[in-house]
Amino acid sequence: MAFREYKVGARMFGFSLGTSMCITILFPSFDMRSAVSTEVALDKQLVAGWDAGWNLSDPLMTGANKPVKVLLKNDPKTGQPLEQPTSAYVYPPGAWMPNAVGHPNNLGAGVEGLSVNQGRIGEAKKEGGAVFVIKAAQGGQPAYIENATATKGWIPGDVLKSVPDEDVAHIGAGKTMFVREGCWWCHTLLPEQTQDWQVFGAPPMLGDFNGESPTAFGSDRKGPDLLHVGSRNASKEWMMLHFFNPRLVQPHSIMPRFDYLWGSVDANGQKIDYDKWRAEYTDYREGKNPTPPDVPVPAKNSEARALIDFILSLK
Amino acid sequence: MLKYLFAKNEDIPAGSAAIFFGFSSIVWFVIGTGLGSFNAAKLAFPDFVTGNEFFAFGHMRQVHVHAVIFGWISMAFAMAMMYITPALGNTRLWSEKLGMWNCFLWNVGLSLGLTLLWAGITSGREYSDFPWPIDLYIACFIAIPLATNVWMTVLTRRTQGIYTTNWFFTAATFMVIIVFVVGNTPEFFHLTGLTEAYMTWWFAHNVLGLWITPVAAAIAYYTIPKVTGNPLYSHRIGHLHFWSVVVFYSTPAAHHLMSAPLPEWLKSFASVEGVLILVPAIAFVSNIMLTMQGKWNMFVENLEVRFTVTGCLLAIPLNMQGGFQQTRAINWYVHGTGWIVAHAHLALLGFSTFLEGAAVYLGLQTLMKRKLYSLTLGNMHFWLLLIGFSIYWISMTIAGLIQGAGKIYEVPYIDVVIAEHPYMIARWIGGTMVFISNVLWLYNMWMTAREGTVVPVGRMPHEMAYER
Ligand code: HEC
Ligand code: HEM
Repeated sequence: MAFREYKVGARMFGFSLGTSMCITILFPSFDMRSAVSTEVALDKQLVAGWDAGWNLSDPLMTGANKPVKVLLKNDPKTGQPLEQPTSAYVYPPGAWMPNAVGHPNNLGAGVEGLSVNQGRIGEAKKEGGAVFVIKAAQGGQPAYIENATATKGWIPGDVLKSVPDEDVAHIGAGKTMFVREGCWWCHTLLPEQTQDWQVFGAPPMLGDFNGESPTAFGSDRKGPDLLHVGSRNASKEWMMLHFFNPRLVQPHSIMPRFDYLWGSVDANGQKIDYDKWRAEYTDYREGKNPTPPDVPVPAKNSEARALIDFILSLK
Repeated sequence: MLKYLFAKNEDIPAGSAAIFFGFSSIVWFVIGTGLGSFNAAKLAFPDFVTGNEFFAFGHMRQVHVHAVIFGWISMAFAMAMMYITPALGNTRLWSEKLGMWNCFLWNVGLSLGLTLLWAGITSGREYSDFPWPIDLYIACFIAIPLATNVWMTVLTRRTQGIYTTNWFFTAATFMVIIVFVVGNTPEFFHLTGLTEAYMTWWFAHNVLGLWITPVAAAIAYYTIPKVTGNPLYSHRIGHLHFWSVVVFYSTPAAHHLMSAPLPEWLKSFASVEGVLILVPAIAFVSNIMLTMQGKWNMFVENLEVRFTVTGCLLAIPLNMQGGFQQTRAINWYVHGTGWIVAHAHLALLGFSTFLEGAAVYLGLQTLMKRKLYSLTLGNMHFWLLLIGFSIYWISMTIAGLIQGAGKIYEVPYIDVVIAEHPYMIARWIGGTMVFISNVLWLYNMWMTAREGTVVPVGRMPHEMAYER
């Protein structure tokens, strides 16, 4: 039995749903597409790389194939000191390029053109890797991305060799940890426009997200907003203690322990004995020990280190 | 049951798919609420089971949410559709075999998806957390077969018109496919930035508004007239409900992101449309309440009616909250607090769970032709569920108001955490009652299947007396 008597209804239905889709998807997309990347957005997109959620370049979400951000004091090609220390975003060979490379309409009018024409980002290729820098805004010209491999001949391997480990920040891998560990179920990355300025800092602007994925705004706060946490608290040591066991620095915290992100060995290559640590910590809680046990320093390539790098980068 | 997967369609007894779906949904309900109660314990006592990522809150939360939405709620919907659609069309389900496969693939896919989420493999987008291959799987092996079965059953019906419930079923099974495919475009096509954030909430809003809410309401349009014997009070009001869902409920997605830098016109539009959601809500609740005229004794005496009417009554505070908390005047106070968590549970654990619970009770008894094993257990299920939910809702609402006050008076965050602690414990206690009630339910239904009194041909289970 066909829908003879329902023909009108079916048409009305299509019309209503279609109109609703136009208003809620098509029209807003015009506005959102016209957003122009701010410098904040360029930085976010370059530190995190292609995607920090599940994707084919990092299927197990271990932080594989992610860029690192380094602070350069010398030109890695010539060895000459730079006029001022410069941040560079190093994509080792195999890391997927950031979204602006190969994705049209990503950076917004002006920035897109400058990055492609002046910054030569179109020449960056996954196979060889690339080094990007942000060309700061000057005069009326907005900030844009420069592919330093093409313009200055900086090679990812050389750049990484030329900087000491403390100037390397594994922010991209750290953002993957942030997504994987569900920090965003308790923390937002979105101070509210109405009342959060004083405590959590300025809310983000329209162009602050171009190319970022996922934005991990979070919806449900059980802890403070973290968008600017690095400017409230820049202590690596505090973060280290707090992630290992939040109750070490904040006895009333309900934040979970993230000690398992330390992996099996610490920075000195010593095996971490979690059972012993927990036993000693229990003694401390029960008042049998005056001080808590020491927290191991995370190894250079541990997930905990990446996470701390990411959190401290949230300025 | 598995033998029917490879049987000929004609050889599968009518109702098998629905029974299979019904039991799966109850099992997922037990699992989902068990996980919920575990999460609640973690928030109340953070050192309860630590040192392992598989028991970390951040790994378990999304598993709970997806187990209850895709396991309990949606499978109970599928059960209701496979039972009610043919009953209203005076026909058999178009394909029992497709239904069986649908249920089998649903369980397999959901288990796989939840395992991935548990391991932290997530897209990082709330409510569309599944990585995109799982999203595609859900669209192809869960949503499309279900829609096909419902649509074909309606098309091959042996009645003249289509009853209200079936308008909703056909429309919702269609819309959920659209919502799934369009809502996940950011992952399929790697759209980023604000577009991605907005589409995340477009998906989340519409999966609630165009799938969960209308289907739950459609179920009540069947159960109340069927069990009370009263005809639906007004088909016109049913029309109003249907069309206002399509027009108003599909538009306010942006009200979830009132503090993000979305276009201002979009936020204002969303919050006006959000208030208009009161139109379908009032239409629905009044229609059901008026259908109850003269049969209010059944609210006390009959389990299915009691579940359904409780669900409808809970829709009143739900929609009042929903309509107003998303306006700019109120949203800034409650956004991102426990208030919203309370609201989410009022919608899913209150309103929709009670309506589906009734459908699963009624459907399983009718299809298995067995009277419910024990009324006492049924009553315990109802009261534990209702009291547990109320404790949950009240405690989280209070916690949310404390958080809201903390946020505008700029109280150091840790003081808010301390102030919320008693309510976190209360929530855990309430949630655990819900979990226990579901274990009782599973036992009761299992015993019904095995030992329930046989219902004679031509009689409905609710016409018979309980034996225990
Ligand atoms: C169960 C909820 C929960 C989860 C999950 C969680 N946190 Fe927290 N977090 C809190 C609470 C509550 C506080 C405030 C008390 C404190 O300082 O510990 C906090 C505080 C913080 C702070 C200090 C903020 C400030 O303003 O000083 C940082 C940084 C932080 N969390 C980072 C993280 C990261 C990174 C993750 C994921 C690996 C995470 N949190 C996961 C609840 C959580
Ligand atoms: C045993 C009963 C339950 C308990 C203890 C429980 C507990 C929880 C907890 C602790 C959270 C995390 C909330 C937060 O982030 O603050 C949560 C979230 C959620 N739960 Fe439950 N839950 C229960 C039952 C249910 C049921 C039956 C449903 C649906 C049918 C449900 C749906 C949800 C949803 C949708 C969320 C996400 C809420 C949001 O994003 O704000 N829960 N639940």
